[in-house]
Amino acid sequence: MSKVRVLVGTRKGAFILSSDGKREKWDISGPHFAGWEIYHMKGSPVDPDRIYASQTSGWFGQIIQCSDDGGKTWHQPGSAPGEEPAPGTAVGVSNKFVYDASDETGKPLTTHQWYDGTQHPWEFKRVWHLEPSLTDRDAVYAGIEDAALFRSGDGGKTWKELPGLRGSDTGPRWQPGAGGMCLHTIILDPKDPLRIYIAISAAGAFRTDDGGKSWKPINRGLKSQYIPDPAAEVGHCVHHVAMHGSRPNVLFMQKHWDVMRSDDAGDNWREVSGNLPTDFGFVIDVHAHEPETIYVVPIKSDSEHFPMEGKLRVYRSRTGGNEWEPLTKGLPQSDCYVNVLRDAMSVDSLDSCGVYFGTTGGQVYASPDGGNNWSAIVRDLPGVLSVEVQTLP
Amino acid sequence: MIRVELPQHLRTLARVSGEVKIEVQGQVTLRTVLDALENSYPVLRGTIRDHDTQVRRPFLRFFACQEDWSHEAPDKPLPQEVCSGKEPFLIIGAIAGG
Repeated sequence: MSKVRVLVGTRKGAFILSSDGKREKWDISGPHFAGWEIYHMKGSPVDPDRIYASQTSGWFGQIIQCSDDGGKTWHQPGSAPGEEPAPGTAVGVSNKFVYDASDETGKPLTTHQWYDGTQHPWEFKRVWHLEPSLTDRDAVYAGIEDAALFRSGDGGKTWKELPGLRGSDTGPRWQPGAGGMCLHTIILDPKDPLRIYIAISAAGAFRTDDGGKSWKPINRGLKSQYIPDPAAEVGHCVHHVAMHGSRPNVLFMQKHWDVMRSDDAGDNWREVSGNLPTDFGFVIDVHAHEPETIYVVPIKSDSEHFPMEGKLRVYRSRTGGNEWEPLTKGLPQSDCYVNVLRDAMSVDSLDSCGVYFGTTGGQVYASPDGGNNWSAIVRDLPGVLSVEVQTLP
Repeated sequence: MIRVELPQHLRTLARVSGEVKIEVQGQVTLRTVLDALENSYPVLRGTIRDHDTQVRRPFLRFFACQEDWSHEAPDKPLPQEVCSGKEPFLIIGAIAGG
């Protein structure tokens, strides 16, 4: 029988929730890396027991963790604390993210726009998102703050920036959102290995069609009333983007405000907020087997980061947007004031698609039937930063 | 033999308990102590000082013999009590929030 593994990153450590295909009884493992912020964990599609984790701290900086046994044990790539490293091993640099400033990149940027409109140096702060390669267990991408895209080809031992993104003409106009200037979304096209989508708060969405050498903003159709030019080429606070693997040209976006859709690989967007009670939110995801079924969690506003009326509701559209239905069965419908952060929703790929999300209040909810019924796997974790799901044979 | 006391999170990361004991060749300074520490525990690289600039991370402080060494020159010799192992070299995380 198939199994499900839910990788949960929280403010104070990582947790791994495991169940069989029924998804009724769960084993809870953790906290791993207790006391540290775990921004994101994700398993390799090639080898699901290879899991990468971003462990961060305002005091001690960035650590990359790696597991080769499905999260039972962890190590820092290339490092073995207290032991003599093997000859030629890259030791102690798996957390070294240095912006590219080489001559070969042409014109390395040194500043981006700060909150007050002045230019500000790029400063590495943390890894927000790790996206393992679809074809190579040792290849993984990292989306970092201040926004840039890095890649490792050696299992996370060493990292190199893909400087074409930051080196695009728009770089000096990027600016941080309230959570920092983070590259939080990385989507690899399963049909075209040279195409990658990324999203940055608050710059917008970008696409490469040449494996990361060059990038272009893909924000036409986005309208953000809170910036000087609402239809600007960059400057939009994109919260998350989702795609179904069978249709890599169709993208769904939860923007700061507005739920958006593109049918041409991001070249043009149109709003599909439809009858949502509020179109502010962070997460968006797509059903594993129904590419037109999408999920969001509407949040009241950008200053009130909690559900409307204290009711935690997932909204589902079976029409690719515009027509939405609230999903409430098993979710708190009074006095609930949690948030659901941008990387904290995921789906499994069992026959009856499971949907999962975590809250800032420490609950991880699961629905084994596409959102019709919900229950909490756990209720009292530290605030949840990210949720990823692995469907295992 | 130099005794180094790490913040709890770095002890966990390096998988050590209590004080760390390291050998320093030549003059004992902030730089040589941290170099020796990172050589023994490579995972600590980048967690105490920046990989490239070697600047101390802002929420960490260095103390020795009840004196603040956080802002001292990296090549200034540490007190004899630290060099002899009588006193530990302290790496302390700032108290700031939860």
